[in-house]
Formats: sequence, structure tokens, C-alpha cells
Amino acid sequence: MAADLAVDLAARLPSLLERTDPATASGWRDHPPRMGFFTDTTVCIGCKACEVACKEWNHVPEDGLELTGMSYDNTVGLGADSWRHVAFIEQPRRPARDPGTEATCAAASGVADAGIRWLMASDVCKHCTHAACLDVCPTGALFRTELGTVVVQEDVCNGCGYCVSACPYGVIDVRRGDGRAWKCTLCYDRISVGDEPACAKTCPTDSIQFGPLDELRERADRRLAQLHAAGVGDARLYGRDPDDGVGGDGAFFLLLDEPEVYGLPPDPVVTTRDLPEMWARAGVAAVALAGSVALSFLASTAGRQR
Amino acid sequence: MAECHPVGFQWVMEAKARGATVIHVDPRFTRTSAVADIHVPLRAGTDIAFLGGLINYVLANGRYFHDYVVAYTNGPTLIGESFEDTEDLDGVFSGLDVEKRRYDPASWQYENAEMPSPAAEAPAAEGNAHQLSVATAGRGESHGSGGAQVPPEPERDETMTHPRCAFQIVKRHYSRYTPEMVEQVCGVPKDLFLKVAETITSSSGRERTTAFCYAVGWTQHTVGVQYVRAAALLQLLLGNIGRPGGGILALRGHSSIQGSTDIPTLYNLLPGYIPMPHANQDENLEKFVEATATAKGYWADMRSYVVSLLKAWWGPAATAENDFCFDYLPRLTGDHSTYATVTAQLDGTCKGYLIAGENPAVGSANAKMQRLGMANLDWLVVRDFSLIESATWWKDGPEIESGELETADIKTEVFFFPAAAHTEKNGSFTNTQRMLQWHHAAVEPAGQARSELWFYYHLGRLIRERLAGSTDEMDRPLLDLTWDYPTEGPLAEPDAGAVLAEINGWDSDKEPLSSYGQLEDDGSTACGCWIYCGVFADGVNQAARRKPGGEQSWVAPEWGWAWPANRRIIYNRASADPDGRPWSERKAYVWWDEKSARWTGHDVPDFPPSTSPRYRPPEGARGAEALSGIDPAVMQGDGKFWLYVPTGIQDGPLPTHYEPQDSPFPNLLYGIQRNPVRQLVSRRHNRYHPSPSAPGSEVFPYAVTTYRLTEHHTAGGMSRWQPYLAELQPEMFCEVSPELAEERGLEHLGWATIITARGVIEARVLVTERIPPLRFPGRTVHQIGLPYHWGPNGYTRGDAANELAAIALDPNVHIQEVKAFSADIRPGRRPRGPGRAALVEEYSRRAGITPDTGMEVTGGR
Repeated sequence: MAADLAVDLAARLPSLLERTDPATASGWRDHPPRMGFFTDTTVCIGCKACEVACKEWNHVPEDGLELTGMSYDNTVGLGADSWRHVAFIEQPRRPARDPGTEATCAAASGVADAGIRWLMASDVCKHCTHAACLDVCPTGALFRTELGTVVVQEDVCNGCGYCVSACPYGVIDVRRGDGRAWKCTLCYDRISVGDEPACAKTCPTDSIQFGPLDELRERADRRLAQLHAAGVGDARLYGRDPDDGVGGDGAFFLLLDEPEVYGLPPDPVVTTRDLPEMWARAGVAAVALAGSVALSFLASTAGRQR
Repeated sequence: MAECHPVGFQWVMEAKARGATVIHVDPRFTRTSAVADIHVPLRAGTDIAFLGGLINYVLANGRYFHDYVVAYTNGPTLIGESFEDTEDLDGVFSGLDVEKRRYDPASWQYENAEMPSPAAEAPAAEGNAHQLSVATAGRGESHGSGGAQVPPEPERDETMTHPRCAFQIVKRHYSRYTPEMVEQVCGVPKDLFLKVAETITSSSGRERTTAFCYAVGWTQHTVGVQYVRAAALLQLLLGNIGRPGGGILALRGHSSIQGSTDIPTLYNLLPGYIPMPHANQDENLEKFVEATATAKGYWADMRSYVVSLLKAWWGPAATAENDFCFDYLPRLTGDHSTYATVTAQLDGTCKGYLIAGENPAVGSANAKMQRLGMANLDWLVVRDFSLIESATWWKDGPEIESGELETADIKTEVFFFPAAAHTEKNGSFTNTQRMLQWHHAAVEPAGQARSELWFYYHLGRLIRERLAGSTDEMDRPLLDLTWDYPTEGPLAEPDAGAVLAEINGWDSDKEPLSSYGQLEDDGSTACGCWIYCGVFADGVNQAARRKPGGEQSWVAPEWGWAWPANRRIIYNRASADPDGRPWSERKAYVWWDEKSARWTGHDVPDFPPSTSPRYRPPEGARGAEALSGIDPAVMQGDGKFWLYVPTGIQDGPLPTHYEPQDSPFPNLLYGIQRNPVRQLVSRRHNRYHPSPSAPGSEVFPYAVTTYRLTEHHTAGGMSRWQPYLAELQPEMFCEVSPELAEERGLEHLGWATIITARGVIEARVLVTERIPPLRFPGRTVHQIGLPYHWGPNGYTRGDAANELAAIALDPNVHIQEVKAFSADIRPGRRPRGPGRAALVEEYSRRAGITPDTGMEVTGGR
């Protein structure tokens, strides 16, 4: 009977890898189409207007004056106080001294005439189809919106930080001196009244595009084909594939190099992917344990009876 | 452009998406280079050599747009026999007066043109205690304002084979600018240069056009005007002026710099590019008009523009009897540009200074001279958002820290007024396309902050109240002003719309005018700026129109309003061939419609609407009637675009490569090192570096260029106080190549000290491949990149790059050379206290610098 219970428990957890429409999976009925970002880094000019617009709109605090020396990137990464982050990657014009980066020297993008290449890319929360942060949140502060995005409610968050370690991208973060977890809301307040997120609105070159995810994916496929036809063999989509480890991203990217070059994990997997199996195994183990306890109990009782 | 004009750059990206090739020419690899198809790194200060190379390529290979050049430019025009080119005189033109450091342009004129240029007739401002070679009272700068005096129908050789026609002179002048020479001077490999040349020429002609964009990287040189002239010459040869997709676009450093020259904050211009009258020559309205109007084209109506302006300013007080108050206008007596003002402050002749929207203690060349000048004033007014360095130097500036100045000894009385931001006031921005876009106040300014309009209106009101009842004739110009703008709201903010209505102008019934063609010279019309006439047509603020591009034609005439007459491309007569047909269907823009016998097209034609392409003016015709059917340059006295400039420019009719004032490199093109008529101010704290061949030049071996970053704005007043911007670029830095870092022992993220004969600064080091060393035969030139945003105040602080720059100026517009100079760099932080000045002195001593160093007129290689 205990084993039956464990199997039943596993079955009742959402079968994460099968669900492709996260809003439906979260119980929304008659919801609008899933909205997302397509960030085409090939037209990013590194102006950082997205970072500033995001902070202005969402009242995200300034987080320190530190010259990092990482090219023009003084933001370093996404965090509680940086919901958009523009990465700057300088790729040298001759074989790098560090053999680890030598692979990136191949100048095939068509933007590398002088031999040097300067990649820029605006990173953001991926709003995963299977969002581990949401799965692990004990308070329900993190929730799936009707638009398919993932949002933290700051008045519910208790600052446990489970989401921080659950995120496969290292996006969500706890704010120092505040204790709660913060990240991109995909401007839930703006998009739920038909406006576009602050970053996409301000992006001068349309590197950041906002819209229904299905449309963005089609657009991205066309852009990729165009670049490949133009000989930009390095171009690739990241987070576009609904069959990847997180079921595809709600915010996906067109890159010109390996994801690692941009500080993105090459093969992200939702950290709660194995949870049902783990539950099932834990259940089996518990049943086995309970069974053996019962057996030993029965055996001992039987012995005494004997 | 992506770096400093990211919003405008969206259109470049859009053009790129539609197949345009983007070429970026810059000493460093910037955010623009990152998305450009071709990046051309060149040595800072050598763009004329590069552009000259392109001009030579176009001419040597017959790639110019022959029909366009013959019909629309002064290429066929004959130049007088007495003209001698740099080819004849090893780098200088005829007419050079070495003593006075100026040219007499009399020999540059068209054949049989007796008319002297304004530059020739203006007396030199002699007797200045300082050594500014002030050739004229700023008339060079106002060139293009008023018509240049040339014969309306000069002699021409339509075959362009006459050895003295402008085309042949241009061809000879640039024949030495070969690809090999470009490689040696600019450090641009020959193959790369040829790739650029081929791309540009194959993207120009009947079917295609090429546009040039530039910013202060071209203008801030001792030959700045000629940089832009070189681009104009090239674009004319390629037929890229007056046509869609062509042109030369000046990218402005602020959102309404174009507006501030249209309705000028310049000392030598009146609104609409009417020159400021000169004290000695322009005694009355008639003489002024005579000297500035042309016989041909729209400057012929100068009197209407001036009289209407005077009527706008002085209303009923301006009558035919009193010359419409022409005598109320100020008069030029000499150079009163910004750097002449600084030297006048140091000399004690300039007593008061009003700074609005500028931060000269950080943003102007030789920041120390700026501060010392201000320390010698009676009063100083600063209007800004923040307590910028120009407002606080007297208590915490570098000279206080070093002990060179003591607060208690400074007699300057300093007033600070907080300023409103553009979001807090109504008004217009005029962009580089001459397009006015209205903005509306979103909130009231906080605290005591007020708009510029509020400040000047109420200042004028208070002064007039103080003067009321005065019988002193000197006060009449102020008391007679029409100073009656309605005010609104709790702050008594003047109605900006009422100001725009006055700029637009009205007739004698106070009905708004709709075009400058309606302006009269008899006082029956008033107009505050003739080129803006029509911006308030039908009593509607046309600048406030915001019809989306998708809902109108591709020219989008209903978005904002562009001067003149809402034309989006000026001189667009040139978009059609001499017969009035589009050069190609693909590039059709305006054309002659035979049926209606009128010019028509996608834009407002920039031509007399019913002048047929076959029209030839009768002898003695005036104004628009004197324009032949093939005279697209409607503002030029001869109706043609100028390859060769016979009058109006101080430093020669053709752009010529000269090295920057402080250059580690000899001029390889001529026997003369620098622009012979550059403006210099050799005085204590503003000494120059030795010529490259002179002993001591090795003390400053590196080339420096200064620039902006996307994250900050100019001298920082609008950005360094903003936490969200400060955190993105939190510290002053210098950019050096790995090779230079190795040569000088500089460490990434360590400190560097940079020294010139003017000053010393420190900066964090960014070692980057983006600022490559340039390899020349026999030597390598290292360049140092310096953003110029920082100063000692604000949320993010640092040393100002302009402590290093010299006051060395272009002779036409008095702009400072801060885009290319020389310096030394070494690891570590700069000295504190008195050691700071001592280090500069030690370097100067070592380089053997005297008041005469770098002052050579000719030679100096």
C-alpha cells in the first residue's frame, strides 16, 4: 500500500518534460499566448539602455561603482540588483595567449574585418518552460503568470533562497540588506496592460524583441537562416529549442559563439527534472523501509507469540 | 556613432539590415566597429590624408559622377591665374602672410572675379596682447551665412580640361594622396584602403548613394573645417549631395546643437545664418545688405530676412525711418569666441561670465586655463542640474588642492542657478536633419530649478523694469524690445509656443506666415528666424506633429517639421538630372513635371517651383530668377556646389593634410608640418610640444585621442551624478594596447599617469586590443585613448582629460584640437599637492619647451 502511495505521488506531480505550455500547466484556462523575449545579439550595440530602463522602471537599486576591467562590462552578471546585463566579450586579433580562448578567434561573423571581434549580448531571466525556481518555492511567492512568465511576489517571498540554488542559469538572487529574492518580471505590470517591457521599449536597434513566443521563434528562425545564408556560420539560437533541458526558454537568444563565451551554461537542465523519479525512489525506499520495519515487527511479534 | 549616438544609430542598423555596407573609420575599435562591415583604424589626426586618398582614387580611376560634376559643381569654373596651389608652394597656398599668420585670399578667386572675399576685407584685429592670430572678426565662421561674394556667371570650361579649371586643380592637388601615401601617413594598409575606396565608389552613382556621418572626431582639429570640406568634395565628386541616401550628416553632441546654430548662441551669427554686423563695415542696413546679399539665389533677399528679424525683435519701434533699429544690433569688433574669451579673462578685460549647459572646467581644452580665467572674473553665473566643477573650482578645484590658488584670494563672485531638465519644460529640439521635434513638459521642475526660457525671460523683464523711464539712448535697445510673452502656471513659465510663433513670424495683420517667400523688406512682416518660417503655419505648431512613419509616405513629412519649408533633403534639385528627370528610378526624389510645368516629387522641391530645367536667366536677373534651371546650389552666389572654395575659408581653397599641433609624426606629404594659419595661444600653462624633428619631441612620444562613452554625456554634468549611469562606467580610465602596456610597464586595472606640457592626470588602465598600435615603415605608433567625461565632482569622479589638451584652434571656427595630440604615459598615480605642477614643469624642462616651441608657421617637420 505504501508503494502504491509513492507511485501515486509521482504521477500527481506535473510530468514536467511533457508540458510545453507552462501557463496551462499551471492551471490557467483561456489564457493569452505565452510572451517572451528574443534577444538578437548580432545587432546589439552595447549601449546598456536596457539595463538603465529596467532599473528605472522597476526601481532596482544601483549596486556599486566598481571598475571590473572586463571590457566595458561593469555589471558583471545578473543578480538581485541587475535584471538585465550586457556582456562584452573582446576576442583578440591573433592567437590568444590563453589557449582556452583560442577557439573563439575564428572570425567568421562578417563583423570582424580588422581581425578583432567585440561581442555584446544583453542577458536576462530565461522564464523557463520548466522553471526550477518556481518548483522549489515553498511560499508560492514565485508563480507562473497567465502570460507564461515567472514572477516573484515580493510581499510573499520569505527569503529562503531555495530558488537561488535551483536556477540553472544563476539568475535569481537574494538582495543584500533586504533578504528577498528578486529577478526580471518581464515587466509583468507593463505587459499585462498591453505595453512592452522597459528594456525592449528602449532598445534602439531592436536587439531585444518582445512578443508572443511562437512569433518570436519564427522570426528567430528566419533571422538565423538569413545569417547562415550570408555566411555567418557561427550564428546559433540559444534557448529556442522546446526539447532542451528546461523545455525551452521564454527568453531566448541569437548568439555568434558558444554559449560559454557569453557566460551562459551550454546545456542547462531544470534542477527539479529528476524530482518525480527521486520522489518515486524515495517512496520505494520508504515503503521498503516501512515494510522491513513491519516485517521485523511482525517477525518479533510472531516470535514472542511463538 | 553607436558609441555616442546609439538612438540615431538604429537607422544605420536598419540600413544594414536592408543591405547597406557600414564602414567605420576610427583610431579605436568601438561599439560602432563591432557591428560595422569594415573597420579602418587610422592614426588620429590624419583623416584629410585618408579622404584625400579617396578623392585621388575617384579622380585617378575616373570613378566620379561626370554628368553631376559638370552640371552642378564649380569643377568647370576657371580660377584666376595668380592662384598657386600647395603643389607649387610645398604645402601652402598663395597669399600666405607669415608675419601675420594669415592668408590673403585675393589670389584664390574665380577668373576675373574682382570681388574681395569677406575674409580679405575684414581688418585683422591687431594689437591683441595675446598671440591669437585673429585674422578676421569671426567672419570665417559665419561663412555660409549670407552669400559668399562670387560672380553669378563665372567663366567655365564644360569639358573640364582647362588646366586652371577647379576640377583640374583638385586633380593635381590630390595626385600625391596615393594609396601608398595613405598607408604611410594614416597607417591604413593599402589593401584595406582600396577595399574602402572600391566599396564607396561602387555604392555611388545613378543607382546608388553613399552617406557620410561625422562628429567631433572630424571637427576638433586645427584643420577641423577642412576635414568636413574634404568629405564634401568627395561627396560632390561622387554625386551624393541633394539625393536620397546621400549627404554628410553632422552628428551633434547635444540634442539641439543644430538649433543653437540656427538660432544661435554664437557670437558672430544672427538667427538664420545672417552674419553679425561688423563695427567698421556695416554702418547701416543698406551697407550691411549690400555686403551680405548675393545677386543670385535666396541670399538675394537678405534685406527681407533682416528687416523681418528686426521687426520681430523691436516691433513698432522698428521703422523705415530708423533703419528698422539696425543700429540696436551689437557689432563685431574681433574674435569673441570661447577661447578668446578665456584669454580675455586672464588678461582682465572680460569681467563676467555666464555658463549654461557647459562645464568648461572639465569639457574645454586646457581645463586649467578655464579655471584660472574664471578666477580672474568679477562675477560668474552657472546654470546646471548639478554642482559641476565650473561652479565649485574656487573651493575644491585642482588648483586649490595643489596650492596654486587660495580660496580666500579669489575675488570672483559665483552664482549658481539650478536648471530644469528637458522633461520639465516645453520646447523643441532641432536635430542634424534640421528637423524640429517638440517636447512637452512632463512634470514641474523641482525646487528652485527653472527652464532657460524662464531664466532669460524673467532676467530680461527685471532688467527692463530697472531701466524703465531711462532716457539714456544706450538703454533703448532693451526698452524697445518686444518682451511680452505670456506666462503660465505657478512658476510663471513663459509660453514656449508663443516664442515659436514669433520665430515663425506674422504679417501686418498678425496672421502667421507659412513660408520665407512671404517675407517683405518694408517692415510689413516680422520673423524671428527666416529659415524657421512655416514652423507655425496656420497657427499650428508643426514641430509637434507625430504621425507615425507607417501612416504616411516614406519621406514622412508629417513627423515634426524640417527647415526650410519642411524640406527633408536640401538642395534636392540635384536628385534629378540636368533635364529634370530622376538620375534613376531607384533614386527618384524630386523631378520636373512637364505637364504641370512644375517641380514635384516625394519631398518639397528645393528650387523655384516653376523654373524649368531649360531656363537660363537673362542678364541682370536677381535672386531666384537668376538661378538657371541647372543651378541646384540655391544658396551659393553662382548656383553651384563648390569643389574649390574661392572665398570664405581662412586656411585655403582645398583641404590639405597637416599634422596636429602636437604630433609625434612628421608630415610626410609636404615640407610644412602644421596648418600655417592655425590659431595659437602660447602663454604660461598653454605651451606646445616640440616639432617631431626637434630635440625634446621624444619626451612626448605617444599619440592621444579623447572621446565619449555611451554611458556618459560630454563633461559629465548630466551623467556623473546619476547612479544608474555612474555604475556602468564608474571610473576614469585610459585605453592602451598590450604592446604599449608592455613598453611602459602598465598593468591592467593598475594606475597610469599621463603627462603633457599643460598638465598631468591619472587614470585606471584598460589594456585592450581595441586600440591597436599602428605600424609604419620603420616605426610603430602607439595611441592612448582617453574618455573626457570625468572631473573631481559628482558621484563618479576622476581626473579630466582636458587638463592635458592645449588651446590650439581651427582658424575658421576656433574649435579646439582635442582629438589628436601627444603625451607621455607611465605607471602609477600622479603626484599630489605641489608635486603635480612640478612634474609638468620637469617634463617641460626636459623637452626644452619655450614660448616659441611649436609656433612655426612653415617648416617644422
